[in-house]
Amino acid sequence: MESLGEFLAMGGYAAYVWSSYALSAAVLAGLWLTALRRKRDSRRKVAALNEDRQ
Amino acid sequence: MGTSVYATLGRLASPPVFYRIAEASRIWLIGLFLLLFIPGIYGALIGAPPDYQQGEGYRIIFVHVPAAWMSLFIYVNMAGMAAVSLIWRGKTAAICARASAPAGAAFTALTLATGSIWGKPMWGTWWVWDARLTSELILLFIYLGYMALVASIPDRRTAAAAGAILLLVGLINIPVIHFSVDWWNTLHQPATIAKFGAPSIDKAMLMPLLLMAGSFMVFYLAVMATMAQALLLEQEASSQWAKQAAS
Repeated sequence: MESLGEFLAMGGYAAYVWSSYALSAAVLAGLWLTALRRKRDSRRKVAALNEDRQ
Repeated sequence: MGTSVYATLGRLASPPVFYRIAEASRIWLIGLFLLLFIPGIYGALIGAPPDYQQGEGYRIIFVHVPAAWMSLFIYVNMAGMAAVSLIWRGKTAAICARASAPAGAAFTALTLATGSIWGKPMWGTWWVWDARLTSELILLFIYLGYMALVASIPDRRTAAAAGAILLLVGLINIPVIHFSVDWWNTLHQPATIAKFGAPSIDKAMLMPLLLMAGSFMVFYLAVMATMAQALLLEQEASSQWAKQAAS
């Protein structure tokens, strides 16, 4: 790699390469956050359910 | 020996044990993901040399191909777990199939999107209705159809059975996707790695590709395990272990 500018330019394919990587990052982050939120919500739901019963 | 293997699998499939193992393994899966992903992304963007035909534009391969592999792997894995849940009525197997669907759909959508972005500069078009692209799009619809079907049936067992049958019927699409590039004329290039004979790709490009694929695989396991935990908790809400796990 010669310079940061050249690296970012990706030989003229910057828009295609970086949008692909950005989309991939968004998909991974989205999945992970969804999974964590889903689990947190379930724990709350089950905890609330059992408090009601007591 | 056969008995002990089945006994071990049976214990692993018990909801509280699965929940505990998923809880304890999360940090290790995250660590393993980073261990594969960091050198993978470095190789993908910097380490690997430019392609002799596509220059730097080919670097999309390092996200597109691992995503495509995952779209197929997750489907086959779901169909396998669905079969297990049908045959042995396994609760945890049914839940793991269900917990895999969002990741499967997301990787399929990512495959289509990055493929489209790659197609524009190299083929001159975002999309072509050929066998490879069309069968991958059908895979996305099968994932979405499965999720809608399972969500629409309130009874857990009926939902699992209906979902399992849909997954097993849809399995026919998987070899069609894989062999489509050999069976029909297409703009899409043929297989580079998963074919008979040596992979036709340089080591400096193969290594980051495998690292990225490995990291996606570990990532899927972590997401699936976490979503399965959520589904198990809700399903077993009134049991003693679920009360403890939620408190």
